[in-house]
Amino acid sequence: MSKKQKTHEPLFHIAKRDSLPWYYSWAIRIIAIILALMVSALLTLFLTDENPISIFSTMIDGAFGSSRRIWNLLQNIAILLCVSLALTPAFKMRFWNIGGEGQVLIGGLATAACMICLGGKIPNTLLILLMIISSIAAGAIWAVIPAIFKAKYNTNETLFTLMMNYVGIQLVSYFVNIWEVPKGSGTIGIINQTNQEGWLPVIGEYDYLLNVIVVLVITVLMYLYLKYSKHGYEISVVGESENTAKYIGINVKKVIIRTMLLSGAVCGIAGLLLVGGTNHTITTTTANNRGFTAIMVSWLAKFNPIYMIFTTFLLVFLERGANEISTVFRLNQSFSDIITGIILFFIIGSEFFINYQIKFHTRKEVK
Amino acid sequence: MKTTKKIVAVILAALLAVACFAGCSKGNDADASNDNGTAAATDMKVGFIFLHDSNSTYDLNFINAADEACDALGISEKNRIYKTNIPEGNECYEAAEDLVDQGCTFIFADSFGHEDYLIKSAKAHPEVQYCHATGTKAHTEGLANYHNAFASIYEGRYLAGIAAGMKLNEMIDAGEFKADEAKIGYVGAFTYAEVVSGYTSFFLGARSVCPTATMEVTFTGSWYNETLEKEAANKLISNGCKLISQHADSMGAPTACENAGVPNVSYNGSTENACPNTFIVSSRINWAPYFEYAITCVKDGKAIDTDWSGTIATDSVLLTSINDKAAAKGTKEAIDAAKAKLKDGTLHVFDTTTFTVDGKKLDSYKADVDTDANYEADTEVISDGYFHESEFRSAPYFDVRIDGITLLDENYGS
Repeated sequence: MSKKQKTHEPLFHIAKRDSLPWYYSWAIRIIAIILALMVSALLTLFLTDENPISIFSTMIDGAFGSSRRIWNLLQNIAILLCVSLALTPAFKMRFWNIGGEGQVLIGGLATAACMICLGGKIPNTLLILLMIISSIAAGAIWAVIPAIFKAKYNTNETLFTLMMNYVGIQLVSYFVNIWEVPKGSGTIGIINQTNQEGWLPVIGEYDYLLNVIVVLVITVLMYLYLKYSKHGYEISVVGESENTAKYIGINVKKVIIRTMLLSGAVCGIAGLLLVGGTNHTITTTTANNRGFTAIMVSWLAKFNPIYMIFTTFLLVFLERGANEISTVFRLNQSFSDIITGIILFFIIGSEFFINYQIKFHTRKEVK
Repeated sequence: MKTTKKIVAVILAALLAVACFAGCSKGNDADASNDNGTAAATDMKVGFIFLHDSNSTYDLNFINAADEACDALGISEKNRIYKTNIPEGNECYEAAEDLVDQGCTFIFADSFGHEDYLIKSAKAHPEVQYCHATGTKAHTEGLANYHNAFASIYEGRYLAGIAAGMKLNEMIDAGEFKADEAKIGYVGAFTYAEVVSGYTSFFLGARSVCPTATMEVTFTGSWYNETLEKEAANKLISNGCKLISQHADSMGAPTACENAGVPNVSYNGSTENACPNTFIVSSRINWAPYFEYAITCVKDGKAIDTDWSGTIATDSVLLTSINDKAAAKGTKEAIDAAKAKLKDGTLHVFDTTTFTVDGKKLDSYKADVDTDANYEADTEVISDGYFHESEFRSAPYFDVRIDGITLLDENYGS
């Protein structure tokens, strides 16, 4: 780039990087996290009277402070990971399934319906079996509706799945009003509290162990499915280019529908675990925005189920820690949201520097 | 590249150092003050579970009361743990368990849907006392360490109703409308006991000073929906209502009144700042007396009432200051007189001689006091000439439709 050229030269330009060695990209990520912590510390210092170091130690305490908190952390990781795993095959296919929230809720609603309508009337094992089947089916149906429209009429799946969320939320709210105890309270309360009909079994003394095991199994299966199965290969080809897929004889419509059935089914399992295994009730907030958070988990992990364990851990840790901050320091929830926001901003921002480099237009190039 | 790295390293080190120093000094200060406070009073730990945080007026009312009670009892900030934004699900159970882990011996939750999860935790920890506002299950659950509480807000609404009646009288005297046009409008959330009890007591208060008063009620089907509440108030105003009150938590109805220049009796707290020309008075529940009572019981090892109902006599029901710009002359005097009678028991809000049902006096009524799936009426609540509200359990159960009040619609939330 000669300086003699008359044309105006910008200060820097952005160029796509060749792929970086893994240790280099992880170094960038770690630096990003450290920077994020620094900025949060400064902000804490300026905005409140609290000591930033104690804020971070409180976060760690909130996530790991007691065996109960560790189990809580694991439980939240398990559910969020489950939803993220569900969305991943769709994302990998470049099908933007923003409807995880609704798919989880509908799965949970089907579970709750079985527990309420059939609890005590049929043997418990049969009831649990029906809950499993109906939750998976409900989630799958909720996801396949937009998929069919996409495959047949090429509708916009982002809007469609997004709007299916609201239909799901309204349906839950409708049924909560039908099943509410007492009338007018807007809550169902714990379903089958006395006889525990339809409650998923507890392994030993650990309330959440079953959830953790189920999700671990799903993680491994999803990893194998995406990496080694023919279906997984078809998903990545459709994701890369639909035309290529057509050219090599992949039935794109079939892949879209099949993948969304899978995506919805796994969301349904998340609903089952939430309603049948943990909450034993359903409200419109049962999914707790996990359907949206999962999008970030999946993207941050580059759609790799094993990496997703780490990204889920990070997000859940931030959330638990941030909650503890607002409790211990009596700060408004907004403060922990700000901290979480800063950290996520840096992490997502670091992906930019991993994929691109900035070239300054000086005599020698400085990164 | 090397220089950049060096600069970054230096900045990071500097930041870390600053953070450490700032942290040390401040941390020590806080500890010192906390220790002093604790030594002077008690080392008892108390835990509170709130549905939202201080951004919600409902929770703010509880948070302020908790602070007030803890300050009065000498419980240091370190020993009061406030868990905010706890949904009505398993999270409430986990929050309660976490409070127990941290050594709390008194745990309180503020939202109706927390009840089942609080009971679940209460069963596991008989040594810890659990209290729950607005719940209905304590008297049937049979747990020694689980308690419900509410306040006789109907007394406050009755007094606020007197202010409304005085205002109607003033407008009649000024010739704004005829005595038989004195119609009140009421925006309710849902058509169930808590709201029915509220609007009926308000109406009885108004009619005690303005005998020709009638009332129309409409329901929004939501505890908080500003648009719906505003529309509901506008509908009532166009129906010819001369004064509006509400039982829902947004600013919808008060704002509609201010815009239309129609007087408003508010709820949950003063809306005078937003509605300087139409706000008359507002009633609210003050939870501080209950917190002081329950925490003191735990401290002294005494049993807490299974169902505690705060009254106007315990200062659990409060009226805000009256807005002289909108209220009729003599309002304060009239309210104070009625308040004294309520306190000494000579006046009962639901006195059966003051209202009729289908043209007849009500001599016997069975209310649904015990929670069951079929809403069966189970308890006789009329004796000594009045309806005994909030006595058989703390949460309201008055759900009688009395003459003079027209329901434009009903909304049970479905």
